[in-house]
Amino acid sequence: MNAIAPISSDQSHMVVSRFAVPAIRCAGCIAKIENGLKDTPGILSSRVNFSTKQVAISHLPELDDDQLRRKIEALGFEAQVLADNPLSEEKGSTDKLIRALAVAGFGMMNIMLLSVSVWSGATGVTRDLFHWISALIAIPVIAYSGRPFFASAAMALRYGRTNMDVPISIGILLATGLSIYETATGGAHAYFDGAVMLLFFLLAGRVLDGMMRDRAREGISALLKQTAPGAMVLDDDGKTRWVAAKDLLPGMQMMVAAGESLAADGVILSGSSSFDCSLMTGESAPQPLGKGDLALAGTLNLSSPVTIEITATGEDTSVSDIARLMDEAGQRRSFYVRIADRAARFYAPAVHSLALLAFIFWMFAGAGWHQSLLISVAVLIITCPCALGLAVPAAQVVASGALLRKGVMVKDGSALERLAEADYVLFDKTGTLTLGRPTPVNLDDLSLTQKQVALALSQTSRHPISKAIRAGLLALGIELAVLDDTQELPGKGMTASWGGVKVTLGKPEKSGDHLSSQLSIGTDSVILQLQDEIRPEAPEAIAELRAMGLPAAIISGDNPQSVSLVSRALDLSAQADASPQDKVEAIARLTDDGHKVLMVGDGLNDGPALAAAHVSIAPGTASDVGQQAADAVFTSESLMPVALSVRVARRTMQIVHQNFALAIGYNIFAVPLALTGMVTPLIAAIAMSLSSLIVVGNALRLNGAAK
Amino acid sequence: MSGLAILIPVALLMGLGGLAFFFWAMRNGQFEDLDGAAQRVLLDDDGDGDGNEDGDQP
Repeated sequence: MNAIAPISSDQSHMVVSRFAVPAIRCAGCIAKIENGLKDTPGILSSRVNFSTKQVAISHLPELDDDQLRRKIEALGFEAQVLADNPLSEEKGSTDKLIRALAVAGFGMMNIMLLSVSVWSGATGVTRDLFHWISALIAIPVIAYSGRPFFASAAMALRYGRTNMDVPISIGILLATGLSIYETATGGAHAYFDGAVMLLFFLLAGRVLDGMMRDRAREGISALLKQTAPGAMVLDDDGKTRWVAAKDLLPGMQMMVAAGESLAADGVILSGSSSFDCSLMTGESAPQPLGKGDLALAGTLNLSSPVTIEITATGEDTSVSDIARLMDEAGQRRSFYVRIADRAARFYAPAVHSLALLAFIFWMFAGAGWHQSLLISVAVLIITCPCALGLAVPAAQVVASGALLRKGVMVKDGSALERLAEADYVLFDKTGTLTLGRPTPVNLDDLSLTQKQVALALSQTSRHPISKAIRAGLLALGIELAVLDDTQELPGKGMTASWGGVKVTLGKPEKSGDHLSSQLSIGTDSVILQLQDEIRPEAPEAIAELRAMGLPAAIISGDNPQSVSLVSRALDLSAQADASPQDKVEAIARLTDDGHKVLMVGDGLNDGPALAAAHVSIAPGTASDVGQQAADAVFTSESLMPVALSVRVARRTMQIVHQNFALAIGYNIFAVPLALTGMVTPLIAAIAMSLSSLIVVGNALRLNGAAK
Repeated sequence: MSGLAILIPVALLMGLGGLAFFFWAMRNGQFEDLDGAAQRVLLDDDGDGDGNEDGDQP
């Protein structure tokens, strides 16, 4: 599979595009996509990344992203374009940690090889030689692998603070310095093994933490922003020209064709059309807007061309207002202190004072400065939080791995901590409690011919209802009927001729309450009903959340009628017509009442609320803003992952607390040994590895937590 | 002692070799898609190379 693809044309002209394809589930999907794309002219090669559910396609620049996306969709997979490698920088930091870990592991094993001989009784010249070789390995290894800790400790000290890295750095540097002195003077004990082993275990904790963050970030990754890059502007002399979004000015007249999204806010001067405002308001049905109405940037013009006089551009548009609101809301959350840091706040001063006291005590007891220093270094090494450093990340990594297998991507460890604390859930409606797209519910009433004609008609329209019908029919495996002169009549629907018979798909003559569409073939006609269906397992998930002590409520930007349909079906209290600002205020009210709110939402209009809540979850179909603001993203259609995440998060915190108890218990056993001067390098090594292994083993129990 | 003079450098060199190999594998993207590698075993290999080299991914 790793064979190099045949180079058919000059490789330097190739462009690589990446797509998120969430439906990749098995080896069959890999083969289907890679083999399906292979024969397309212009595509050199494609490679599926199964872990991140992405496809990287290397192709000629003539093919644009949209063509490639349709190509993948023709193979039966939904795909979304990914922005150009947005994560390289963040991933680099984990790579650096992994390299440091590998070097520390190499050093640890080789030094241990020599140490075992010393422990089993090597004396005299042999022992000194082994100590010298150990020093030769340890010094460069510590200089390389210790950098993450030294840098962080130096940073903390520069600002007059202390963190977990300060005792670690002091312990390692003192142990190394003392060991070099011991080696040079032919002493019996050198602590190179302890210092390097400490580095290794601590780096393992850091790597686990970093890997967890990367894994979720990759999956979520910034989807390409859907705002328009610019607009066609109509000049006074009647000519049109393309103007980039940043150069648009209020007062300009922009012409927006059907299917384009707006690059700026404005008032409609001429024409009328329906607009998809779901990004801004969460409202599911397209809104008809006419002359004099205000249309907002980011909305999609669905049916016919309009001319719009710009009233606000760039940072003054409503989209930017939301972004600003989100920024402000997100700042409150950055004050959250992670549990490991809270522990370190008590731990670091305790360890320092203990080591210092040991030194002073033994000095007074007359042990001499050399012996006293040796004992206080032993205290620093043995209390140094190997188990404590692993206690939190090990549990969180195992838990997030278990959640990932169930389709929930948690962005970082603090999200799990906050999720465990949540005691109130707010749901958005459209796209969160519901699937967010209308689904045809009575396709079975159609004959095969009707289905084929409906598919052919819906094929060329961008209207959300047409798209829904098309998706529903494609899922049934229907083939296209052949139609002539297909046209889209703005506000009416699609019309065409099928072997001389006039066929239409469009607005029903008698407009019903909910979404529907009428298909006519000649004089025959049938009404297609559509619904934005509630997510599967939503009642069960809400019941489970309630059982865990999290009452739920709906807060939606949609109109009261559609909201009440859902709130009645799920038996939840609801607030309708809520603006993004209202949602943030609702959360602030609950927070003032002492609640820790879990916000579940998807749209751009939920962004500020997602950022303001104590913790937040978004479905995988969410807007990119929603996905970036949320702490976790679930990819399945079912709502169950929300309840599951809370349950796993609580279980994780239990394990974390157990791990802390284990680590503290270990210290209660080990510190007296160190204080009395009984810790030799051998005891330090055994104690450290044993406590680390126990903590990791305990964390592994979380593997089955997401069942 | 003469045995040690050979064996210790050999052990160190082997360790360094392993370390260098690991660094190479990381730079080459061998750890990019661990779950995918497990799945690809199941594919029928038609021999003409249906994927690009791992390391080509951005």
